[in-house]
Amino acid sequence: MRFLKFFILILIIFNFNLVHAKTKSLDAKITKNLRCLICQGQSIHDSDSEFAISLKTLVKKKLNEGSSEEEIYNYLKDKYGEWILYDPGFSKNTYFLWLLPLLMFLIGGAIILKLFIYKKN
Amino acid sequence: MASLIGYYSLIIGFSISFLIIFFSIKNLSKSKLDNKIIFSVFFQFFFVSLSFLGLVQSFISSDFSNETVFNHSHTTVPTFYKISGAWGNHEGSLLLWLLVLTLFIFLFLLRSNDQPKKYRILTLLFQQIIIVGFFVFLIKTSSPFNYIFPIPNEGLGLNPILQDPALAIHPPILYLGYVGSSIIFSSALAAVVTNYISSSWAKHIKKWILTSWIFLTLGILLGSIWAYYELGWGGFWFWDPVENVSLMPWLALITLLHCTLVLEKKQILTSWVVILSIATFTLSMCGTFLVRSGILNSVHTFANDPERGLYILIFLFILVFLSIFIFLFFYKSEKTTTNSFFWLSKETSILINNWFMMYFLSVVLIGTTYPIFLEVLSSEKISVGPPFYNKLIIPFLVPFLLAMAIGPKLKWIKSELENKLNLILFLIISLLLSTFIIRNLDINFLINTILVTSAFYLFLITLKDFFSKKFKNLSQNLAHFSFSLLILSILFNNFLSTEIITNLKINETYENDALKINFEGIEQRDEQNFKAIIGKFVIEHNGGQTDIMQPELRIYNQPNIITSEADIKTTLYKDKFMTMNSVQNQEYFNIRYQVKPFMIWIWLSTFLISLSGLIGFFKKRYEN
Amino acid sequence: MRTKIFPISLIIIVSVIFVIFYKGLQNSNVYKPQIGNQKNIPVFIAKAFETEEIFKSEDIFEGDKFYLMNIWSSWCAPCRDEHKFLLNLSNQKKLKIIGLNYKDKKKNATNFLNELNNPYDFIFSDTDGTIAIEWGAYGVPESFLLYKNKIVKKIIGPIDQNSLLEIKELIQ
Repeated sequence: MRFLKFFILILIIFNFNLVHAKTKSLDAKITKNLRCLICQGQSIHDSDSEFAISLKTLVKKKLNEGSSEEEIYNYLKDKYGEWILYDPGFSKNTYFLWLLPLLMFLIGGAIILKLFIYKKN
Repeated sequence: MASLIGYYSLIIGFSISFLIIFFSIKNLSKSKLDNKIIFSVFFQFFFVSLSFLGLVQSFISSDFSNETVFNHSHTTVPTFYKISGAWGNHEGSLLLWLLVLTLFIFLFLLRSNDQPKKYRILTLLFQQIIIVGFFVFLIKTSSPFNYIFPIPNEGLGLNPILQDPALAIHPPILYLGYVGSSIIFSSALAAVVTNYISSSWAKHIKKWILTSWIFLTLGILLGSIWAYYELGWGGFWFWDPVENVSLMPWLALITLLHCTLVLEKKQILTSWVVILSIATFTLSMCGTFLVRSGILNSVHTFANDPERGLYILIFLFILVFLSIFIFLFFYKSEKTTTNSFFWLSKETSILINNWFMMYFLSVVLIGTTYPIFLEVLSSEKISVGPPFYNKLIIPFLVPFLLAMAIGPKLKWIKSELENKLNLILFLIISLLLSTFIIRNLDINFLINTILVTSAFYLFLITLKDFFSKKFKNLSQNLAHFSFSLLILSILFNNFLSTEIITNLKINETYENDALKINFEGIEQRDEQNFKAIIGKFVIEHNGGQTDIMQPELRIYNQPNIITSEADIKTTLYKDKFMTMNSVQNQEYFNIRYQVKPFMIWIWLSTFLISLSGLIGFFKKRYEN
Repeated sequence: MRTKIFPISLIIIVSVIFVIFYKGLQNSNVYKPQIGNQKNIPVFIAKAFETEEIFKSEDIFEGDKFYLMNIWSSWCAPCRDEHKFLLNLSNQKKLKIIGLNYKDKKKNATNFLNELNNPYDFIFSDTDGTIAIEWGAYGVPESFLLYKNKIVKKIIGPIDQNSLLEIKELIQ
């Protein structure tokens, strides 16, 4: 019973906060994925440099013109190189980046499995 | 004068190293530990402390004949930041490293009386190799006591973003964590040589693992809090290289901690424990290399010097090769007869913990270093940022959280799951709970429901255990509980954060359907070494509630840098966060207003995680 | 045999990592976008600085001439430093200098030119900075040497004595 009361309490708390739930805008999503060239280590979204401000304007403009997220990324990749994207796509440069951790996971699983099989023999 | 004392103390401390090595080798064949060794280790610590105090004193008295002080201080900097400036730079922070190294080995000798003598001496020897490496590094490439003539009248000033209470104590605490792992490294090597990887070694080294892990957790927490309010865009973790390198030893330490739990009970996994112990310190050193050499591009500014980078790199690889050599030549594998696992047992669940932890570690390690490899091999430059880590880590969190809930319920060696009904019931409750919540949010339903369900599951199970088990296994339960709390707060913080970015002139108003932001004006205030411009904003919410926010711009005199100080109103449910920035050539200010739910819970749960470590540290003491 | 393969491969892997880190140390950690030499100049529409008429880029850049496209602003200090080199280059008959006035106020920019003289044959204005992005620029000043609608050379930061000589050599 005590737990039930607790759940209800949690539900109430969350429902209060639902007031703030709001659609995250696409341009924020895009600018968060772009790396600023002036303060290199910050995203465009977080940066207030002149370059970042212009790029934010440009992303909004492009979205209004009907460009898709992918098109904007390709456009900027063309201008500034792959470096500008925080999300490295899956390409010949990044096969290892994406697959190596997953490979490690599989190897780890195999080693653990081997411990059990070893025991059975 | 203080610099001079500092410099000579450093040299004396360095010479004592050789004395210690000499005494230790002579003492190896004897049956009792020579007191001379303990004395010389104490004196080494004493002289390094003296050297450190010398540097601090030079900073306090603004002695600009010292190059480090000249580069990183100014007469108008408040005294507190003059002191913290002593370790807020490359040279001083290395001296701090060294200080902690000598302190820890001294404590180790004092607290290991019940351990075999040969093992203690060997640990000391390995530790001295590290200490000598740092002495040479300090004296040769980055002496904090360089003299400049003619003596400048004024210093270049301390970087304003370092003039902050959290960041003043962040480095010492983080270093306690990093350097604590050096003891684990030396002692694991010594234990391999003396064939002492056993349950009593595990009990003894667990203290050190806990110590460094607690400090590392606190250090990361402080850094994160600082980034949250000082960097001005309201985030607390950016997957920036500098943050990643502190996360890597943290992950290795927590894996090692779980492993030693097994080793305490059973003579298995010994080689794995040794490898992890070596990896922990290697990762700490690797982090120092990546940060200090400037090989990586980070938002956190550090002065870089390739020569220093090269030195750390060579030193790092000497240590790696040394440990590989020792491992290959001295390590005797455990007898296979004891190597038995039953699939449903605590050992298995710890193996699963290790499996996932190693996966997370490899994601962070590969993500951080991959750009270096790619650039060297193909001279292409890419960035690896938050989306990469989110994509690879978040899906794996789900089974990880579930295993975290069930694992502690299992018993050693062979176990049955008790209360299966109970566990399933809780799963259903968490599923319903999260479906109910996520349905109301405008986010991807399926993934987030699964994720939130698993986090709730861990949350509820551990919460139930607080009542049903009382204080049995308190530290473990608290740690797992706080982790679920952390994940939940991060998730909901992510889902529910809102942000308004706008440009406002004085007396202008921003309005949307939920609130109104009035920019009422600015006022100026003169402080010791900066001028503050404080904005006054009145926020009227639709419900009739109003807030006054006063974000600040600080114009520092030396170096002439403008920083932006956020104004944060914290409550249990949410933080309101506002920053303002001046825009080049414009009359308006750039205003960023964020509502960030559950921020305080992120800090609190991380603090609870380190607290659970502390409980674990003291609990074992009276049980023994 | 199996016992030997493991240590040897371990040592090889560690050594390779060492070499890569060592090589990595020599690379700069600051990223500058590289432009392939044969890159075409972007097509854009912008206002002229003085008349505020709308121009297309192809109206300005003709095929077989050298152009120096210079992004500048009155509030940027390095632009002041490089100005004397631009004035020097404006005497070159074979070269036309086109300015792109970046995020500036017209009044300030006009004062700047009156004070230091005007080296530009034509100036575009870029009030929100988006045209600079078309060029793949990210700061001021930046300059591009153009020939036959291709970018021949890109200079990030102010023009100095060396790049001045290089430009003169290239247009010969």
